[in-house]
Amino acid sequence: MSGTVPAGLYEQLAHQLSQVTGFIYPNEVETHWSILIVVYPYLTGIVAGAFILASLVKVFNVVEVQPIYRLALLTALSFMLIAGMPLQLHLGHPERAYEIFMTPQPTSAMAMFGFVYLWYLLGILLIEVWLEYRQQLVLMAQQGHGVMKHVYRALSLYSTDVSPEAVAWDHRASKIVTIIGIPSAFLLHGYVGFIFGSVKANPWWGSVLMPIVFLMSAIVSGIAMVMLVYMVLSLLRQEKLDMRCLDKVGLFLLVAIIVDFALEGLDYIHRIYQSEESIKILGQLVSVRLFTSLVIIQVALGMLLPMLILALVRSKRFNEDMRKLMYFTSVLLIQLGIFSMRWNVVIGGQLFSKSFRGLMAYKMELTGIESLTTALVLLALPFIILTVLHHVLPTRWMEERGIPAH
Amino acid sequence: MNKREFLKDAILFFPAAGVLQALSCQAQGKELSASATTGYDQSQHWYGMGIDVDKCIGCNRCVEACKAENNVPDEPYFFRTWIERYTIRANGEVTVECISTKTAEGRLAEQNAPVDPSVLRTFFVPKLCNQCAHPPCVQVCPVGATFQTKDGVVLVDEKRCIGCRYCIQACPYGARFLNPYTRTADKCTFCYHRVTKGKLPACVEVCPTEARIFGDLKAKEDRLVRFQRANPINVLKPDLNTQPKVRYAKLDGEVR
Repeated sequence: MSGTVPAGLYEQLAHQLSQVTGFIYPNEVETHWSILIVVYPYLTGIVAGAFILASLVKVFNVVEVQPIYRLALLTALSFMLIAGMPLQLHLGHPERAYEIFMTPQPTSAMAMFGFVYLWYLLGILLIEVWLEYRQQLVLMAQQGHGVMKHVYRALSLYSTDVSPEAVAWDHRASKIVTIIGIPSAFLLHGYVGFIFGSVKANPWWGSVLMPIVFLMSAIVSGIAMVMLVYMVLSLLRQEKLDMRCLDKVGLFLLVAIIVDFALEGLDYIHRIYQSEESIKILGQLVSVRLFTSLVIIQVALGMLLPMLILALVRSKRFNEDMRKLMYFTSVLLIQLGIFSMRWNVVIGGQLFSKSFRGLMAYKMELTGIESLTTALVLLALPFIILTVLHHVLPTRWMEERGIPAH
Repeated sequence: MNKREFLKDAILFFPAAGVLQALSCQAQGKELSASATTGYDQSQHWYGMGIDVDKCIGCNRCVEACKAENNVPDEPYFFRTWIERYTIRANGEVTVECISTKTAEGRLAEQNAPVDPSVLRTFFVPKLCNQCAHPPCVQVCPVGATFQTKDGVVLVDEKRCIGCRYCIQACPYGARFLNPYTRTADKCTFCYHRVTKGKLPACVEVCPTEARIFGDLKAKEDRLVRFQRANPINVLKPDLNTQPKVRYAKLDGEVR
């Protein structure tokens, strides 16, 4: 036989086998989709959610959200650039990944996702960001010195026209791209849900609600992430937070999390009420393997508690500092909750046997390709990209930063 | 044209037409049909397997033969076929074990264990890829590396598989694994390299009790077809509409 067995694989499998309870099919000892596949929908969800938040400004004219419009776009772009990496790293043959684009199988949800991803990155996000920044890039190229002058010229794609007509055209085009972008963002994360929801072999995944649950949780995680980034950025810049903006985004977040909770609740109620063949093993899965990550972290800490805090912010008169603290706590808890939700779907779906007679275990590796270390690096990378992007493409207009435009 | 010239042209014409046909096939990127080269025509077959549950004695020879024939790694996490043992007690309690993951000594010790009076009955169930007529694994493969042959066998092209493991998730029977050496999806092929030469799959060949019946569902006089007629037949997880071509006779309702 050609090839070598990955280091530590048999040790990991032996450990996982020792943790099995009941009967499982022998090929089920290995956890085929690891922590990297948990990271993947988490990152993708933030992209879709951040873009939808940005679209509120462009399409629905929610003026209060304007101060974080650019930040939302850059957040979406930063996470998008990394979103495909966990998939790539996870492949047994990463060097063959291009085959998904060269010889895609039309019936495969995964094959089509490659095109959805590319469309969203190249057809929507990059164009939207460019249109938003074009005028400013031209001005910065005119005023810049040294290398940055050339960088800005290149980024503006050597356009020079900043006449009112040209700028008005940018705005119109940007609005059209955003209008196409909203269904595309829905498609992007709804599709991730479909990759899981369409697997009829797995009753934990196979649910018609999965795409819509993924979409709503994506909106929650994206809004919360932009809010978090905005608060941290303002702290670093030692700037005053725009409380009108924060309160408005907080309201959207509250609505989104209520809808998300309702949908996920409906999914569970439906399963319990229908009580199909798999209900017994799924009950064991939740009570034995996922109790901490699902009941405590995802639902109690990641959903109900932030929902309560966000509702309290609105119902009682808290001062600004208190509201900031409450928002900050909520968005952190939400990130924790959504990451747990991805974990509970991806890993949870692989912890019970398709014979419905036993439970498996997953032992996360600390080092190596499919490990905690890689996951942490992948989770950190979007923030590094965002820092760089934020330096090159300021989120505020030059006037706001005290630089004359002309 | 006289008779001699006609015959001469005819002798030249027929082989030339064959060469031209082969060339045009190659130009279109098609393979010559197998029948043209080996006499084997895929479209004439539709393979399946019958399992006579009552006949399986759990000797595990089929599993060993499969591993040897198909280079399946020895470790107890990788199986193209395996044997499950069901123990049903008087109080209705059901215990299921995979005897193929145990050592030969372990299996022998169990055989020699004293009879447990609480046991109502036990039976063995051989498992393998069901070679579904409507295979979910083929549907989900993003690059078409796993496919169904015209004679009804689901195969994996290991030179094309990218190792995304979606097919492993999509298989309701746990019949697939990731080969740790090739890093590609792996599964039972019905010993395709043997059956297309008229031989039996390795597991069928070695079974001492003929619990496994390999056959061609397109051939009316086939053993498998007769087996299906003579026995009450069931398939695994029929509700998923995968349309398995591995057909079990006298299958207990406890088996999933």
